[in-house]
Amino acid sequence: MAITAGAPGFDVSGSGVGSFDPASARKRERIPLRQRLAGYLFVSPWVIFFFGIFAYPLGFAVWMSFYDYFFAAPGAKVDRPFVGFDNYWDALTDEKVREAFKNIVVFLVINVPLTVILAIALATALNAAIPFRAFFRTAFYLPYVTASVATIGVWLWLFSGNGLVNKLLGPLAPDPTWLINERLAMPSIAIYVTWKQLGFYILLYLAALQNVQKELYEAASVDGAGKWDAFRNVTWPGVRPATTLVVVLAIITGSNLFTEPYLLTGGGGPNGASSSPVLIMYQRGIQQGDAGAAAAIGVILVLFVGTVGLIARRVSEGSS
Amino acid sequence: MSSTEARIEPELDQDPVAPRPSRRAGRLVLLAVGAFAFVFPFYYMFIGSLQTDADTGIGGAVPRPGNVTGSNYSAINDAVDLFGSLKNSAIITIGVLLCTIFFGLLAGYAMAVLHFRGRGATFASVLLVQTIPFQLLMIPLYVLLVRDYGMGDSYLGMILPFAISPAAVFIFRQFFLQLPRELFDAARIDGAGEFTILRRIAVPLARPAILTATLLTFIGPWNEFLWPFLITKKADMQPLAVSLANYLSNLQSSVSNPFGSVMAGACVLAAPVIGLFIVFQRHFTSSDLGSGVKG
Repeated sequence: MAITAGAPGFDVSGSGVGSFDPASARKRERIPLRQRLAGYLFVSPWVIFFFGIFAYPLGFAVWMSFYDYFFAAPGAKVDRPFVGFDNYWDALTDEKVREAFKNIVVFLVINVPLTVILAIALATALNAAIPFRAFFRTAFYLPYVTASVATIGVWLWLFSGNGLVNKLLGPLAPDPTWLINERLAMPSIAIYVTWKQLGFYILLYLAALQNVQKELYEAASVDGAGKWDAFRNVTWPGVRPATTLVVVLAIITGSNLFTEPYLLTGGGGPNGASSSPVLIMYQRGIQQGDAGAAAAIGVILVLFVGTVGLIARRVSEGSS
Repeated sequence: MSSTEARIEPELDQDPVAPRPSRRAGRLVLLAVGAFAFVFPFYYMFIGSLQTDADTGIGGAVPRPGNVTGSNYSAINDAVDLFGSLKNSAIITIGVLLCTIFFGLLAGYAMAVLHFRGRGATFASVLLVQTIPFQLLMIPLYVLLVRDYGMGDSYLGMILPFAISPAAVFIFRQFFLQLPRELFDAARIDGAGEFTILRRIAVPLARPAILTATLLTFIGPWNEFLWPFLITKKADMQPLAVSLANYLSNLQSSVSNPFGSVMAGACVLAAPVIGLFIVFQRHFTSSDLGSGVKG
């Protein structure tokens, strides 16, 4: 609102400058030194942050993954030899690491389709003129803005052995219960994360739905298309870029699970059935002090996410 | 389907696909079921935090006068020092917010308004950072900040990795790009320096963008678990998310109602964020957020 109020007032002086346009255009070709210096100065905190917190550590991680890099007592001079691809070989042949990646695949197979279907269904319903719209919208992003630690607390209680969910299910309750059941632990985490993140994806779809041309719906209805036909032929192709974004973001989020297996299933239990690559990176790299091995798992994870993400993007952009 | 369709409803009475009451009801039922699934756990969290004895039965979802107590809040306060943890969470969050708003406005202004060599590359770096999840940086950052620079158990160590939110820089840049260039040129002709222009002209106009960026940035450090968990060993330096998680992962039977005390802690952790988002919910819309993440 401040923009619309302020802009017209400034516009007057703006058009005044506009009459000297040729001169200012010539001046603009040679950028004034003062402006260039201000540019470098203003952007320098970000650039320092970018190199210090992002680029350098990322390069350091790749470097570390080729060395036998372990934690030593502060000040101690230790030999950290170059070991080539040994860390990678160890990670790829490690049963626990392979199980963690397999768990992530199980997670993604459940989480990604569920996220897309529920997010688009709720966003479409929310996009219509309906009562209590603000309430529904707020309700949907509540889990997204709340700390995982808080929501995990409630889920632990709801899904515990004699929790509310099992009480409602009665004789249908699984035994052993959800989070300590080897076959249900990972699907339970997938459903929890879908619930937690869905509000964010609904917002993305709502933004995309604004760009779908209303005339197309009218044209479809003139052609006698039903509700489902209109969705399939107008809405779904219209929001495809958003679908690609949602799928890629859900894959990135899902591949980097840590808090959920750490807290919800007590450290990736039962028997590693819900462990994740990041959880193993934490155990190897920080608890056991073998940072080189952890860094190698990290690099493998980046390659895994990149490959899965690219495939998903191809499929989502190519399918009609 | 579309709001247009619903708005022109009266004129389209004879149209076969005009919204029928049944369709509208179907939509409402879908939304209501969704909203129930999203809100119920929060309701249950609050009810559970007030129960003297944990009631996991179906009746436990409704408050019973005889089973209401505030003792879970004092139990969790005894276990994790609620006030101290909240203070730590607040210091970390405010530190991140101040850095993000100050340095983010500077960077966003430079990337949108100023001309200098490498401007495109700096903006590309903002987009790049947003695509890489923090988890992949945790091992090298831990080695650098904790092992090499000794920043374990310090506020600086917890703030630094999140100091400048790339999403906020992105929001500021997009906002400043929309402002008319003549605004800045006029001030320059009047002899104003770039910092003065930013402070006197750009920032006052950018209030809506600052509010959106603040809301979006707030939830990061306030809710963050992984990084402060890795670098804090001392209990009195831990933010609430970490101390509550530690309490959760080794629930002792020393408290009479362990789940009740966890729910009480969860309520304290969740309340500030939920309060902020209910108050400012119209600033957290699809368009604001969409611009922040689309890249």
